[in-house]
Amino acid sequence: MTDARLYLLQRATAVLLAPLVLVHLGLILHAVEAGLSAAEILQRTRGSIAWATFYGLFVLAVAVHAPIGLRNVAREWLAWGGRWLNWATFLMGVLLLWLGARAVWAVVGGGL
Amino acid sequence: MVENMLDVEIWRGKETGRFETYRVPNGSSQTILDVVTWVQRNVEPALAYRFACRVGMCGSCAMTVNGRPRWTCRSHVSKVVKSGRLRIEPLYNMPRIKDLVVDMTPFFEKWQAARGQFKPSITRFDPMERISPDSMRRRAVDAGIECINCGVCHAACDVVAWNNDYLGPAALNRSWTLANDERDADRGGLLSTISRSGGCHSCHTHGSCVEDCPVGLNPAAGIAGLKRMTLTGLLRGDLG
Repeated sequence: MTDARLYLLQRATAVLLAPLVLVHLGLILHAVEAGLSAAEILQRTRGSIAWATFYGLFVLAVAVHAPIGLRNVAREWLAWGGRWLNWATFLMGVLLLWLGARAVWAVVGGGL
Repeated sequence: MVENMLDVEIWRGKETGRFETYRVPNGSSQTILDVVTWVQRNVEPALAYRFACRVGMCGSCAMTVNGRPRWTCRSHVSKVVKSGRLRIEPLYNMPRIKDLVVDMTPFFEKWQAARGQFKPSITRFDPMERISPDSMRRRAVDAGIECINCGVCHAACDVVAWNNDYLGPAALNRSWTLANDERDADRGGLLSTISRSGGCHSCHTHGSCVEDCPVGLNPAAGIAGLKRMTLTGLLRGDLG
């Protein structure tokens, strides 16, 4: 994949992540302020298509956005390049997707 | 009367070497190039440095002065001296040949790699194309065309220091002027070339090139323009 495509993907996911992160932070503040327990939070999220969509999108965007940024850091600071760097970028994306998907399932699964 | 003197440290050697300190008369209105020339003519005949026009046109005399790249023929000592001291060394990000002289081959190779050559779309037998000086694209060319190839922006750029593949602000500024030249026959090829690894997308927009460009160009704005152009090309499917 050319640098231009990676650049486009990273910017596009950044545009997506900007509002998602704001909502996510607002949600944390709300949950803390309201004193919600874990059980109360799960009660609201379990089986919710809306939260599954919201955090599913969040995880997808992160899984694309973060590895591209890490790839740039590795290339500039570790002088790393070539096929292995591309594989490492891909694997980082898969790892983030897997971890994120598990987390999303943990909060919305069970009722879906 | 005690003469007003400057302490001038000058790099001697190649990649390895040392700073030698010279006492140089602090004349009024003298430039950094005057100082270096005084040292060579009066103290150190073997000191190697480059200059040609002495009036800020040729771009030969750029050096690092007190940590910043500058065109030395137009840099007045009074504006850059710190506590009566000057530290003069070769430009960063280029191999050192001797003393203040760097090998600019990699710098100009990047101009080649950025497809810095104009590709004509007509022959000499065709009528000349009419380009309006007021058109947006021609104005973009005008804003970037006055580069004197001094290498200051290349030396100032952090990304050039980090990433050997990066084409650098000067070469990409050239690409930007060509990408806006309506007479150029291969804009798509140019945009594909600068979209490869080390192309315009590697720029972090730190702005050191803008800060230090002696002729007041804005290569960072040109690179941002190239990013927009390549993304548009990509979305339209014109870019490989």
